[in-house]
Amino acid sequence: MTNDEIRAFIENAIQENRVMLFMKGTPHQPACGFSARASGALNALGVQYAALDILPDPRIRQELSDVSGWPTIPQLFVNGELVGGSDIVVEMFESGELAQLLDVEQPAEAEVDEPQPQQRPLGLENRLGG
Amino acid sequence: VPKADELKERIEQALPGAKVDVEDLTGGGDHFRAEVVSDRFDGLSRIQQHKLIYDVFGTEIGGPIHALSIKTSTPGDGR
Repeated sequence: MTNDEIRAFIENAIQENRVMLFMKGTPHQPACGFSARASGALNALGVQYAALDILPDPRIRQELSDVSGWPTIPQLFVNGELVGGSDIVVEMFESGELAQLLDVEQPAEAEVDEPQPQQRPLGLENRLGG
Repeated sequence: VPKADELKERIEQALPGAKVDVEDLTGGGDHFRAEVVSDRFDGLSRIQQHKLIYDVFGTEIGGPIHALSIKTSTPGDGR
């Protein structure tokens, strides 16, 4: 895959998935505490989201940060717009703003922990090998 | 290795008048948490507020500064 193809894939993923999380690792196996907290917040809200692991190819992160202007991972997009990184996502989760934005009920206990992810897989990493 | 005091000073220089606390979370100089209270954040979205802090460090974020956790507020927020 060329850099342009990776960028097009990222832009497409942001546009086509209402809730799109770029992270290190996967919602089932996050590879970094910050990514774990961001996906944990989405899991706790029970929303369906697409997640892309940026680790398989360093160019994914480069192109993503170019597209978003945001230097760190994770990055959450909702309706095509950057919502923020893990600090903002967790802050908005705890305040109920994230539930409001995603149009779901705020859970009684707003804690980021182990609820099961409602993940739709995305296949970028599979294509990178080909 | 970046130091918490150095990060604090650089944020204060970039945002004059800001109240800044920087904590080295691991003691290893790579995971930091910054709490910044500044009236410069007034009227900005959280994204824009955090970007102001990221911009102080540019490409050092993700490099020497492996992770910088940020909490921003304005003096009017009262928190």
